[in-house]
Amino acid sequence: MGRKLLTEHINVPGIDTFEVYRKHGGYRSVEKALKTMTPDEVVEEVKKSGLRGRGGAGFPTGMKWSFLAKPVGVPRYLVCNADESEPGTFKDRHLMSRLPHLLIEGMITSSYALGANTSYIYIRGELLYVLRILEKAIAEAYANGFLGKNILGSGYDLDLHVHPGGGAYICGEETALLESLEGKRGNPRNKPPFPAVQGLYARPTVVNNVESISAVVPIINDGGEEYAKLGVGKSTGTKLISACGHLNKPGIYEIELGVPVEEFIYSDEYCGGIWKGRDLKAVVAGGSSVPILPKELILKTAAGENRLMTYESLSDGGFVTGTMLGSGGFIAMDETTCIVRNTWSFSRFYHHESCGQCSPCREGTGWLEKVLHRLEHGHGHMHDIDLLVSVAKQIEGNTICPLGEAAAWPVAAAVRHFRHEFEWHVTNPAEATRPGAYYSSKAAVGV
Amino acid sequence: MESTTAPVKPQFSPAAQAEIARLFEHYPAERRKSALLPILHIAQAEFGGWVSPEVQDLVAETIGILPIEVYEVSSFYTMFNLKPVGQHVLEICRTGPCMLRGSDELTAQLERLTGAKVGETSPDGLFTLKEVECLAACGTAPIVQVREKYYEQLDTPEAVDAMLAELRNLVHRPLLPWEQTGLAHSQQ
Ligand SMILES: Cc1cc2nc3c(=O)[nH]c(=O)nc-3n(C[C@H](O)[C@H](O)[C@H](O)COP(=O)(O)O)c2cc1C
Ligand code: SF4
Ligand code: FES
Repeated sequence: MGRKLLTEHINVPGIDTFEVYRKHGGYRSVEKALKTMTPDEVVEEVKKSGLRGRGGAGFPTGMKWSFLAKPVGVPRYLVCNADESEPGTFKDRHLMSRLPHLLIEGMITSSYALGANTSYIYIRGELLYVLRILEKAIAEAYANGFLGKNILGSGYDLDLHVHPGGGAYICGEETALLESLEGKRGNPRNKPPFPAVQGLYARPTVVNNVESISAVVPIINDGGEEYAKLGVGKSTGTKLISACGHLNKPGIYEIELGVPVEEFIYSDEYCGGIWKGRDLKAVVAGGSSVPILPKELILKTAAGENRLMTYESLSDGGFVTGTMLGSGGFIAMDETTCIVRNTWSFSRFYHHESCGQCSPCREGTGWLEKVLHRLEHGHGHMHDIDLLVSVAKQIEGNTICPLGEAAAWPVAAAVRHFRHEFEWHVTNPAEATRPGAYYSSKAAVGV
Repeated sequence: MESTTAPVKPQFSPAAQAEIARLFEHYPAERRKSALLPILHIAQAEFGGWVSPEVQDLVAETIGILPIEVYEVSSFYTMFNLKPVGQHVLEICRTGPCMLRGSDELTAQLERLTGAKVGETSPDGLFTLKEVECLAACGTAPIVQVREKYYEQLDTPEAVDAMLAELRNLVHRPLLPWEQTGLAHSQQ
């Protein structure tokens, strides 16, 4: 059993209340930081921990914090990204609804480090019940002197508010999130200026994922060096993996970074193998935006080494033979999965969620969906397959925000690794469009 | 009988007004527009599950912004219904991970059982079917969200029947966003 830093007490009855959470060591990081550390010392510990952003991009959190502009007399903000909408990702909802005080504790300690006196948790609007859980926990934290004026007599003031979104995947992108928090459409901003200089209300702002902010709690409690002892190389600490798709035991697992992918999928401690005794066909390892890999390449790198659940190992081989850890949304597909259909479904998602500001993304995601739709429905041509690759290339690098790439990469990867399935849809449309049909290398077709 | 009076201008209830006043406290005084999304949620709950142009005008007036600033936002975000809906809006997740575990079949089944197609309301006015994208519950797919409740693992006819039965029996009264039906929210 790996060590659990975030979810150790998640099953304790009443852990969502201040009293029980406190009894299990809760809010120690706030006491330690406010009473014995300067804000810069807190930032230093987070740097030492090697923590990398858990929202998807994996950017070192301590470094991000040190970029925050600090002009005198200008308020700055910490905003927690609880928009969790990346398909395959459902860890933040779990963490917030079961351990609301962990996030609140992390927000207080982190806000202190950054010198923010007002902070927000931007939560996706669909998670209304989680918003209420957080508000109740925040009220308890105020009542116990951990929020408000002069926290623990330290002279530090902090107000914390939860803010619901309205249903838009793009608001997970940090500048779209800030626009949305200002009461506008969620259109990503041109960068620079970066939020560290001009973020919420044009003030210096840090945006961090729920899990990143929660991880600050054990980092401050035990020290950054202790945290960095867990994991492998530059992938330190633990990570929540939300596993879904055709697994025997889908769910949320806190793993120590470095667990072999094979063990994660097949061992009983984690996902317990593929359902219905079937074989694994492919995995999308880090949320729908990362490249899909076939079984052989997700279990082993192209060089034949065991693939590990780390940022480095999963991206070994670049996009030719590798993928990304991303948000930790782990989607497993069994041998009966139709890759064309699945790719079409994801393209429909990105087309639906494009904010429409830049034409390569607005038009490109539309084209991807349209071409995939006709391939999936038996009206495709051989040249459509290369058309997909060409459209994907034209989106890449030509957009305001990374949603364009997130739409393009998975399509390019699906064609790269599963071209035969696309060709089969063109050559055998009658078979391929039967409900439930899938390409199998063993039999010509399965249903 | 045909009414000759002009439609009554919608007004927020005292409870909603109090909640709105609390929300304004969350943002700097000159940034009240920040409260737009939370207030739209309140408005949608207060006025029958959708936001009519009149309701959106009321929201604009309450915040002190132009109506267009509300329209452009309400049309951007998928949670706001711009047309009347039934008693219960069934938001069926259709994204990849749910599709892998049978969301297509679930949608077909719900269309059959309710008599409404996706985007429509059932003839009895009880159910509106809406397809949505990933709701962050992929581990218990396929799923449907109804207000604050997640109905999960709807991969058997029994599970679907149980959901519809529960909703049919739910005491209907207007619920504000901060009120809860009292049903368990989620398995996770
Ligand atoms: C289209 C898009 C959607 C995103 N969705 C999320 C999200 O739901 N949650 C999240 O934490 N980060 C999301 N991100 C990443 C954020 O932009 C940002 O990098 C992150 O919140 C930073 O926090 P971290 O450094 O702690 O990971 C998204 C990015 C893009 C481009
Ligand atoms: S890349 Fe797409 S989502 Fe991002 S700003 Fe451009 S149009 Fe909007
Ligand atoms: S795909 Fe349906 S909840 Fe994520």
